Amino acid sequence: MSAARPPLLRVSGLQKLFPIRKGFFKRTAGYVRAVDGVNFHIDEGETLGLVGESGCGKTTTARCVLRAIEPTAGEIFMRVASGSMVELGRLRPAELRALRREMQMIFQDPYTSLNPRMTLLDLVGEPLLVHGMRSRREREERVADLLRRVGLRPEYMRRFPHAFSGGERQRIGIARALALHPRLVVADEPVSALDVSVQAQILNLLVDLQADLHLTYLFVAHDLSVVRHISNRVAVMYVGRMVELAETDELYRAPRHPYTAALLSAAPEPDPRVRSRRLMLQGEVANPAAPPGGCYFHPRCPYAIDVCRTQTPAWQEISPAHFVGCHRAHELQLAGVE
Amino acid sequence: MSREPLLSVRDLKTYFMQDEGLVRAVDGVSFEMAAGATLGIVGESGCGKSVTARSILRIVDRPGRIVEGEIHFRRPSANGGAHHTVDLATLDANGAEMRSIRGAEIALIFQEPMSSFSPVHTIGSQIIEAILLHQEGSRREARDKTIEILRRVGVSSPEERVDQLSNQLSGGMRQRAMIAMALSCHPTLLIADEPTTALDVTTQTQILELMRQLQQEDGMAIMLITHDLGVIATMATDVAVMYLGRVVEQAPVDAIFHAPRHPYTRGLLRSIPRIRSRARLLPIAGAVPHPYDRPTGCPFHPRCPEFRAGTCDRQEPRVTRVGDHHTVSCFLYE
Repeated sequence: MSAARPPLLRVSGLQKLFPIRKGFFKRTAGYVRAVDGVNFHIDEGETLGLVGESGCGKTTTARCVLRAIEPTAGEIFMRVASGSMVELGRLRPAELRALRREMQMIFQDPYTSLNPRMTLLDLVGEPLLVHGMRSRREREERVADLLRRVGLRPEYMRRFPHAFSGGERQRIGIARALALHPRLVVADEPVSALDVSVQAQILNLLVDLQADLHLTYLFVAHDLSVVRHISNRVAVMYVGRMVELAETDELYRAPRHPYTAALLSAAPEPDPRVRSRRLMLQGEVANPAAPPGGCYFHPRCPYAIDVCRTQTPAWQEISPAHFVGCHRAHELQLAGVE
Repeated sequence: MSREPLLSVRDLKTYFMQDEGLVRAVDGVSFEMAAGATLGIVGESGCGKSVTARSILRIVDRPGRIVEGEIHFRRPSANGGAHHTVDLATLDANGAEMRSIRGAEIALIFQEPMSSFSPVHTIGSQIIEAILLHQEGSRREARDKTIEILRRVGVSSPEERVDQLSNQLSGGMRQRAMIAMALSCHPTLLIADEPTTALDVTTQTQILELMRQLQQEDGMAIMLITHDLGVIATMATDVAVMYLGRVVEQAPVDAIFHAPRHPYTRGLLRSIPRIRSRARLLPIAGAVPHPYDRPTGCPFHPRCPEFRAGTCDRQEPRVTRVGDHHTVSCFLYE
């Protein structure tokens, strides 16, 4: 994979700490370790799913990748047209702005992420204008084309978002993200606010657009069923750290981290005949402002031993392209789902 | 024991009279619940599942109003005598009888554990208040009962938690406290409206397991309202599928998932992503219509793959029996 062509995106040692400020002088009393040493890459044309529970740092990771927020430490490399990798943190503002066209975001909530006072033409055409498409006529043509692509009628161009359902609004958000021919699209929970029957339409649309436009997705979600449907590879995060990363079917069939196995077994299946032997985790997600020592998962892990309480597990490649951060990964036999 | 259902809803209609028009949030809903059973009510946004629950509790917000229908609820008698049944729809929503039922015999758990507790009163004082409202005894005894029930629902160190504010508890702990409050008066019917939707999946498993365990111990019936078919499959004994204010199909849980008859139920099951598969999803066409633009005839007809012009868009399908405790409202079976 790496021999032929470098990946589209490479993230190494990514860290984002949010200071906790206290008192009148707002002195820093500690840090929320939102993202704490995350490494991954995304190949061109693939979808990397990023899953975990609330507060695990998946959204912060996505925002750091887009430089919507400044990481505390770590490097983010993106492959540019010439084929060389550039580090986003070292770019001058103008260079970063140019590269931003190639990285776009789709948001979770189609009700609040669209300005209610802008028509579809303005919403979808705004990025075109910002990036220099001055002719209104040209913009209208491009917007019409984009609306058709996401399954909306171009005649609706002059309407406002409130006239559309949740699923249609999410299509508008997608059209806006696609306006500048991005290569990387970061989708943060793009279907979790939608009704079940509409969720499937949007997932299929994302799959089709990827094939047609050769897009690369970083797909952030909490729902493991949704992630399985769209991802080539999946990364699992827990309290700011990545705990496992593997090719999708392998991760679901043969997870190597106890947290991944627990997540898989906790997902309620829509079939009363498989009321499964649930692996129920005790306790709750650790507080990222005061995480436990050693492996952050150890207080809830049914397999924890002494070393787990004191040492941070190394991020190791346990089999080709299958990474895990667990002291006992080699000896554990964990159940997945077929 | 089960000669008579615990709850029997007959042709319930709850409408909202608004300036923009009439919204038929619940439009002729009928179902029954046996004591100790778990009825799952599933449907997408705007199907009327929450308004149905609020109608039963008589807490429909204005301008909503029950305009028709009956809600027969079997009340246990105080002195061990015979049960008697009341029609909740006819009671004064704020009268003494409804107040003695609401929160005591029928309890409610909301989706948002965040906003369900007062932020300025301790968890304990709110549960104690509920106990004092419906049961005899001193404040001291109510406090002891509160600590006991908090322990029962798995709140750690309940002696301390009882004096904490709700914002000092995590989402999972808050939902446990909510369940404790709901169970404090030993309801015979617990209505849980999206009880785990705001929770993480590992916490959801814990809460569902807790509800199941408490149901086994106390024998209450649970009406579980959710959009999540996974949660329904895990918990329910019977299922009612709702669409735009109607129950379109009702059956035992296994039949709903393995022999669904209504095109909407079938469509829902085909459109959900499954953790064991990567096959392309088969979505239902279109979207749930806006409540002011309710389709004529069968409300599902504009999205239905089995649509028959002249029938489905003109007439309303009747409830038809297609199997044991299995009913469908669709012209395919009439």
